[in-house]
Amino acid sequence: MVAHLVRLRFLILANSLKKSPWQIVAVVIGALYGLGILAAVVAGLVALSFGSLEVARTVVTLGGAAVILGWWLIPIVTAGIDQTVDTARLVTFPIPLNTLVVGLTVSGVLGVPGIVTSVASLATIVTWRNSAPAAIAALICAAIAVLTCVIGSRLVAALATNLGSGRRFREAKGVLIFIPLILLGPILIGLSSVLSSAADALPDIATVIGWTPLGAIWAVPASIAEGSYGAAVVQFLIGIVTVGILAVLWRMSLARALETPPHSAAVKAGVRTIGLFGVFPATPWGAVAARALTYWLRDPRYAQSLIIVPVLPLLLFFYSGSFGSNALLNATGPIVALLLALSIYTDVSYDNTAYALHLEKGVSGVADRLGRVVALTVFGLPITLILCIASVWFTDAWRILPGLLGVSVGTFLSGLALSSVISGRLVFAVPAPGESPFKARPGGGFTLALTTFATWGGLAVLALPEVVLAVIGFVTGNALFGWLALLVGAVFGGALLVIGIRWGGAILDRRGPELLAQLQAQK
Amino acid sequence: MPESVSLPPALEIRGLVRRFGEKVAVDNLSLVVPSGSFYGLVGPNGAGKTTTLSMATGLLRPDAGDISIHGVDVWHNLLQAKRLVGVLSDGVRLFDRLTGTQLVTYAGLLSGMSREVVAERTADLLQVLDLESAGGTLVVDYSAGMTKKIALACALIHAPRLLVLDEPFESVDPVSSANIRDILDGFVASGGTVIVSSHAMDLVQRMCDHVAVIAQGRVLASGTTDEVRDGSTLEDRFVELVGGRRQGKGPEWLRIS
Repeated sequence: MVAHLVRLRFLILANSLKKSPWQIVAVVIGALYGLGILAAVVAGLVALSFGSLEVARTVVTLGGAAVILGWWLIPIVTAGIDQTVDTARLVTFPIPLNTLVVGLTVSGVLGVPGIVTSVASLATIVTWRNSAPAAIAALICAAIAVLTCVIGSRLVAALATNLGSGRRFREAKGVLIFIPLILLGPILIGLSSVLSSAADALPDIATVIGWTPLGAIWAVPASIAEGSYGAAVVQFLIGIVTVGILAVLWRMSLARALETPPHSAAVKAGVRTIGLFGVFPATPWGAVAARALTYWLRDPRYAQSLIIVPVLPLLLFFYSGSFGSNALLNATGPIVALLLALSIYTDVSYDNTAYALHLEKGVSGVADRLGRVVALTVFGLPITLILCIASVWFTDAWRILPGLLGVSVGTFLSGLALSSVISGRLVFAVPAPGESPFKARPGGGFTLALTTFATWGGLAVLALPEVVLAVIGFVTGNALFGWLALLVGAVFGGALLVIGIRWGGAILDRRGPELLAQLQAQK
Repeated sequence: MPESVSLPPALEIRGLVRRFGEKVAVDNLSLVVPSGSFYGLVGPNGAGKTTTLSMATGLLRPDAGDISIHGVDVWHNLLQAKRLVGVLSDGVRLFDRLTGTQLVTYAGLLSGMSREVVAERTADLLQVLDLESAGGTLVVDYSAGMTKKIALACALIHAPRLLVLDEPFESVDPVSSANIRDILDGFVASGGTVIVSSHAMDLVQRMCDHVAVIAQGRVLASGTTDEVRDGSTLEDRFVELVGGRRQGKGPEWLRIS
């Protein structure tokens, strides 16, 4: 039965490869890459045996702890999408619990990450080759460490599946994972600078980590090599107890999962509450605004656009730091205004065929446009203004505030105007409702990129008056131009918005059925 | 059933044509739905039912043909026609990130009704459709049958004179289905008109006073249900008209003994 589960695991991998030759190519490239890294790691571990005992102890303990931590953390993100055998699917088969525990553990060890980890762990034997007892201990500890990795990750995966079976949690996770990805550059640079400045402290950190569940098992051979056998015994016990507790917890969660398969609990609000529909005016455009704003709060595809708001200032702050001037930070307001205003030009495409309701009820095009614009303006404009003021306060450049506000407000209003026209005319291949916000639809990339390019170009032209005025103000230092930019941005942008809403509305009135047919075709 | 000559029919379709590329989905179709009738539209998959109903309700522009609802030309007076008709479309999404209550409220407000009226009707509709306890749940978490019912509530909220329901009973449980039938019967009895498309012949035969059989974009037979079934059952008559029945009992291995 154990062999059966392991075979099933490889069958699933093989079958998923059969689906597309490109996936095989990707796997081969990934495997080569992984083998390269593995070779480098093994070589490094071998090289450590020629260096000092302290360096070897530090590297093995810290690296090993990082590996275990990685194994434990990754399932939080990937729960439900990894290819290893999913317990929920095995529920219907009559498999004894203990067989299942052993089978899943073995299949976990024999997966690609398991094999790589095992090889690297076993390479620590070579690291400790100068002391025979330490080398023997390294062999045993490597096996225990790999089990700690696999069983711990299984436990976390099981817990994450229980937690993550709700739609809400899954969606939040899908969006939140994006934040560290955007900030990856700054994080890596920051981390490396911290590490290089704290290099002297690393041996002490390793000593501390060596007494925690993460590092204890890796520290055992080092302690033996140093001759402190008492410490080695205690550390070994910590390691054994860790893996034991993990195994017991995992077995319990498995037993529970087999009896009560995870089900998604629907979130309930009060029956009578109509939320934002009670806040906006009881008119068609008010209803559209309430609906759109509700979607901004509930639909991860919109949340994706919102992420930029907290992340962008951080990015600009980081990069302006490397330029040695904070001036870049002042661009936060205009950029956020631009991104937010243009985020609704795929609005009807996001509606998908649900847009049919607007047609069925005979909603006027102007009401449709106006509602969507109002929903975004309600929070988008305050955010833009706050970011402008905050950035100016931070960089202490109050004199540019009027010009900056002019550019931001002008860009925001003109962008809304442009979005109102475009989203009424064109349908884009965007992720359907409920799909991951980052899913690419076939054929969508090119047209979307092309239109985005054209839209940005168009917006640059529309916002030119206030931008020119503001720049003159920044360069000459004449406050009058800043105030003029603010005036032009608000008035000219506002006029453009009125035109945009009317024009977009007229397009919808005329081409509503054709738009729906397009939406249906790309469904 | 006595038909008043002076009243225009609830729905009148003349010479309707719609092509999708090479394929002719609706081929010169003509149909008259008398005011106050409970009209069944039956036909095999791909017969053009959904396409016809989409064009009749202003959701899909016809290539040719005239459609009028209670005398209002649909494609010349879209807004006026849409006020008269409530639509349950098959195969379109709903704004499913709203709760059931919110979705029905949204549909009502879009029709231009006041908040008080919308609130009252939403509560009534959720009650008669057995959705009261699910009013606070997001529609995306609904079962298929519940989704159908909430869509029906959206179609009913503005009290239309003509109801056009595409597959309203699909995956709806028997109890809710009976409740919906009661609502529709009451609606017809009070002078409204209902058009339903369905695959369930028994249901159509029991429920509808008029029926039209559609295949390959044309009307094969139409009239009162009794006329169309002509002494036979509707199902037999349908198969006779449409054709395509296979002989035999299925593969040998599928028989237990």
